[in-house]
Amino acid sequence: MDQFLFYLFGFLALGGGLLLVGFRNPVSSALSMVVSFIGLAGLFIGLNAYFVGIVQILVYAGAIMVLFIFIIMLLDLNNEKPFQFRSATILGGLAIPLLFAIQVLGVIQKGPAEHSEKFPLITEETLQQAADGFALKSDGELLPASEQTAIYRSLAHQDSPKLPDTNLIGETIFKHYNMPLQIMGVLLLVATVGVVVLSKRSSKNANKQN
Amino acid sequence: MASLNDYLLVSGLLFAIGLAGVIIRSNIIVIFMCLELMLAAASLTLVAFSRFNVSSNGLPDYDGQVFVFFIITVAAAEVAVGLAIIVALYRARQTINVEDLTSMRG
Repeated sequence: MDQFLFYLFGFLALGGGLLLVGFRNPVSSALSMVVSFIGLAGLFIGLNAYFVGIVQILVYAGAIMVLFIFIIMLLDLNNEKPFQFRSATILGGLAIPLLFAIQVLGVIQKGPAEHSEKFPLITEETLQQAADGFALKSDGELLPASEQTAIYRSLAHQDSPKLPDTNLIGETIFKHYNMPLQIMGVLLLVATVGVVVLSKRSSKNANKQN
Repeated sequence: MASLNDYLLVSGLLFAIGLAGVIIRSNIIVIFMCLELMLAAASLTLVAFSRFNVSSNGLPDYDGQVFVFFIITVAAAEVAVGLAIIVALYRARQTINVEDLTSMRG
């Protein structure tokens, strides 16, 4: 069943990607991009990365796809004219990715044999062991109950073991990647200001031309 | 159950498809979508390595998934700025076909 789901979602991701390149109408391309990203989110969830999979669907299939379709409809684009590509472009566009794919295949086949094993499943014992690890101080002493983290509590006190994926990612981000997270916030602010400046300047130029 | 190599193969093929789209297509919006596809293929690699590199406490190594979170954030900012540039370009030139944008050709 797991193998079947892997093939299903992998086929969705690759097929959506091929349709994205193949469709001549940009709106069809945008919709097949969403199909590809939904397949990719399925692969993420198959890898026990539930948070990343859901964020992938929310951001790409929700926000970015709507932005693309909005711009395509705002610019009112017609279909590309057929057969306007030069043969050199087609040849380069097929040869370079093909070379890349052959290289990837070669690297994967020459990789160490232990990498072809399947990943270890996350069992109840693993979660319990992780919960014990969260309850310990660095010198091996048990933390008092008031200081035990939310992750420890959610790992230790549950009837059916589930991977508290979002808690663990949040712990990693805020403990080990706090500075990059704040830089990311500044980046989003810069992007917002940049978009406003870009659209303002171009409308001023349009007024001058008129 | 799929192995690490299967996931890496899917990721590499997805990246190759995106690269082919960037080279072949002449519509700048579709080129931009193919760039997004290449970014997403790279994040599949990161998630696969994160899941297969089990750390000492038996859980996946979450550093890879944090990187994917950052990639998604940067991609969202990039799409916003890029589409604003495309709209400005269309206002200036009335085209988004890269074959018609030759003013920088030497």
